[in-house]
Amino acid sequence: MKSDHVDYEIVIGLEVHVELSTKSKIFCSCATTVGGAPNTQVCPICLGMPGTLPVLNGDVVKLAVKAGLGLDCAITPIGRQDRKNYFYPDSPKAYQISQNDLPIAMGGHLDIETTEGLKRIGITRLHIEEDAGKLIHDASKGTLIDYNRCGVPLIEIVSEPDLRSANEVRAYLQKLRATLLFLDVSSCKMNEGAFRCDVNLSVREKGALTLGTRTEMKNLNSFSFITKAIEHETQRQIALIKSGESVIQETRRWDATKGQSFSMRTKEDAHDYRYFPDPDLMPISIDAAFLQAIKNEMPLLPDDYKRRFINQFGIKASLAELLCTSREVANYYEACTAYTTYFESLGNLIVTEIFRLIGLQDEASQIPISPEKLGALVTLIGEEKISLSIAKRVLSEMWQSDKMPVDIIEANNLWAIIDPDLLMAMAMQILEKMPQIKADYLSGKTQALGAFIGQMMKASQGRADPNQSEEVFLKLINEKHEL
Amino acid sequence: MQTLIYESMKNQIKLLESKAISSVDLTKAYLTQNEAVDGAIGAFLHVNGKRALEAAEAIDMKRLKGVSLSPVAGIPMAIKDNICTIDMPTTCASKMLEGFLSPYDATVVKQLKEADAVILGKLNMDEFAMGATTENSYFKKTRNPINQSCVPGGSSGGSAAAVASHQAAYTLGSDTGGSVRQPASFCGVAGLKPTYGRLSRNGLIAFASSLDQIGPIGKTVEDVAMIYKILAKFDEKDSTSAPSEQQSLEDLLSKDISKMKIALPRSFFAEGIQEEVKAAVLHAASIFESLGATIEEVDLKRLDAALPAYYLISSAEASSNLARFDGVKYGFRTDEFDSIETLYKRTRGEGFGREVKRRILLGTYALSSGYYDAYYQKALKVRNLIKHEYDKIFETFDFVLSPVAPTTAYAFGTNDKNPVEMYLGDIYTVPINIAGVPGLSVNCGFDKNHMPIGMQLVSKAFDERTILSAGHAFEQTKKLWRAKI
Repeated sequence: MKSDHVDYEIVIGLEVHVELSTKSKIFCSCATTVGGAPNTQVCPICLGMPGTLPVLNGDVVKLAVKAGLGLDCAITPIGRQDRKNYFYPDSPKAYQISQNDLPIAMGGHLDIETTEGLKRIGITRLHIEEDAGKLIHDASKGTLIDYNRCGVPLIEIVSEPDLRSANEVRAYLQKLRATLLFLDVSSCKMNEGAFRCDVNLSVREKGALTLGTRTEMKNLNSFSFITKAIEHETQRQIALIKSGESVIQETRRWDATKGQSFSMRTKEDAHDYRYFPDPDLMPISIDAAFLQAIKNEMPLLPDDYKRRFINQFGIKASLAELLCTSREVANYYEACTAYTTYFESLGNLIVTEIFRLIGLQDEASQIPISPEKLGALVTLIGEEKISLSIAKRVLSEMWQSDKMPVDIIEANNLWAIIDPDLLMAMAMQILEKMPQIKADYLSGKTQALGAFIGQMMKASQGRADPNQSEEVFLKLINEKHEL
Repeated sequence: MQTLIYESMKNQIKLLESKAISSVDLTKAYLTQNEAVDGAIGAFLHVNGKRALEAAEAIDMKRLKGVSLSPVAGIPMAIKDNICTIDMPTTCASKMLEGFLSPYDATVVKQLKEADAVILGKLNMDEFAMGATTENSYFKKTRNPINQSCVPGGSSGGSAAAVASHQAAYTLGSDTGGSVRQPASFCGVAGLKPTYGRLSRNGLIAFASSLDQIGPIGKTVEDVAMIYKILAKFDEKDSTSAPSEQQSLEDLLSKDISKMKIALPRSFFAEGIQEEVKAAVLHAASIFESLGATIEEVDLKRLDAALPAYYLISSAEASSNLARFDGVKYGFRTDEFDSIETLYKRTRGEGFGREVKRRILLGTYALSSGYYDAYYQKALKVRNLIKHEYDKIFETFDFVLSPVAPTTAYAFGTNDKNPVEMYLGDIYTVPINIAGVPGLSVNCGFDKNHMPIGMQLVSKAFDERTILSAGHAFEQTKKLWRAKI
């Protein structure tokens, strides 16, 4: 009999497909741009017309090698391309040219920040392959096919089963995305399908040495879907095990609208892809000179920036990690440090408020506030001349206009109220109106202090300095008490 | 004018260049012959006389204006129906591609058009080039012009029969396991399978990608060399394409035979061979000897393994290459289906013929997980062994001489019931594709029924010059073997 209080551990490995940002497709000269009218970026080659032959785009190898190096992988001197055979209308040749035995890169890793600190996630392999077309199911017209995406170059990055929670998965994906963005190998736009993730998940009793039966979940195209899908699948598997049933090895499809996953196929009817070396393509030769040329062009990566931020600005590792999710943000942070010395609160403001404001606009990565102005604002916060809540208000206005923070503060009379007499007067008025606060506090309910500060903020429209307000409160309580 | 069709291409070129005849005259003569004989022979699947005459007329105009032209300009020719043409259907002689129009010209077709060839039409073949008799065509039978009760060979049966029946000055075929050389042998004409990679495969509808080569068929070795020279060029559209042939036509035909060392592989003359074929090829060997060459018998130990390896590799590749014919995008589609699965199953079940299906099944099996190592992987090992054996022979010898096929052309329906018996007919040609080296089929005699006998000359990779020179030297002697009747 299993007790009800078994602790379970989740084991997750990821397969991430990333579209490379080459100008043309992997085996022909068609454009790779997104959003063209259906079937306007196609030719006999990517349509797999009889008699056509693939010729590998050299830029694909270059970008894939770059990505492999960025993930600390070993790069193969000889790569091979294999055919993965399966019938489906999105694949016009009825096989996908991929890599089986000799992928471009193997054996790398990526370091992520977790609640327990830094964790190293193994990268099993990275290989190149061609993307498939898109099926469009139309109720009136039946199924339509758009082959524009067919032949767009992809890299598939397979991780080791080293991830243990949805948060770790998120951190890994963010780090991977950041690394690829810094490497300039992909747009990584999830909404355009340029960064897609399949989740291999199993559960086991904590401490167990063997892995449980895993399922593979497909069609996860946003961070929030991934988190939800992992939570859902974990609960589903645990429930199965607890009820004495067993998890079957299968591929499941996440349905975002229903918030549920559905079985696509089980192991029994899994495809036999009948991989074999594609006889139309020669082996990919990656010699020392080619490799060195790419190494010479390697840009700084998120971890390089992160290390620098920690060492130079003394900020927390977890904050530094967040500041390095895109090169624009990292550079922006670094630029702002010239205008303030409150490095930690500068970083915090960026990863909270600036990220929120970026998220509100269509064009990501465009920050309309000059580093000089943000630095000035952060200094004002640091010197307690304005409160954080006022700073947020000022920041929103700075986002819309070109004004200096000081001017916005002046114009709206937003300076923090630090005058003890004024604060005392406000406090007395509040305590008079709401005697309950005092009573609560005196009866030991310390959260009453929070309520009081809230009232102070409300009365001062956010300008009351919270620390000073607290001092005033305690003084008032103690004075009265002593009397 | 009608007798022009019996002239060698070399003579036709002379007449055209001296303006004694026009390309229109020559094209008309071939079209007349086509009308007269192809009802019986059945070499063509598609003829476009109007377009051919228009092309001929345009070329004549160019010539009159003094534009410098390729030697083969204005010479009428025809193309096997698995080579893509933008202006004529390309069917692979399959129901699956009935009426299919390719959106582009194969590289070899572009090269021919640039050389101002007059393209008469497309030629019959075994469906998807799978077969040795052209009986596997979905559309029609092609008869051997030498004896119409016999097969023309295959799979390029239409290509060989068209030349032998004087319906085209030369043709293009494709050779995966002997499909140019064997029909050339059966019809008494010359055919070359170039080194793998020598001619672009772009636009050749793939049967087995690692073995397929396009090859010319002509009346003489010299004609074949001329076409080879035009087409043997690097093509950036084919990743397996080799650098262009550097030798001039004169060079290709003039290597000194008297200094050559010729290997006669014993196993190619062993059991199963028709006595007359053996006698004719050995006679050819003695002619080479009389021209000063030295002959030596050698052993090719892996011949027995070549055939199974070939059928595994070619079928495995075919199972993947032919998967795209699924009824979704082009070609045949079944009338009734209720799901994507039934669409696939019925389209492929109804659209492919028996032999094609047999090979798809064989190839799918050989690549399946759990069988890959035992079949496909092992076949690749055999392939390497055979390559090495040829490499070794070519360290000492200039070329290997053997028969093209164990027998001369046989009657229709001979191997209907027994595909393995049919596959055995490929035993001498298949190793050449496996090794990737060039092979030339040259007529060297006739059996007691007057059926042609072909000999096969094989040299090391990219040394077409040796076998073209030797084959040409042999033809110049005009010493063909004839069975005593």
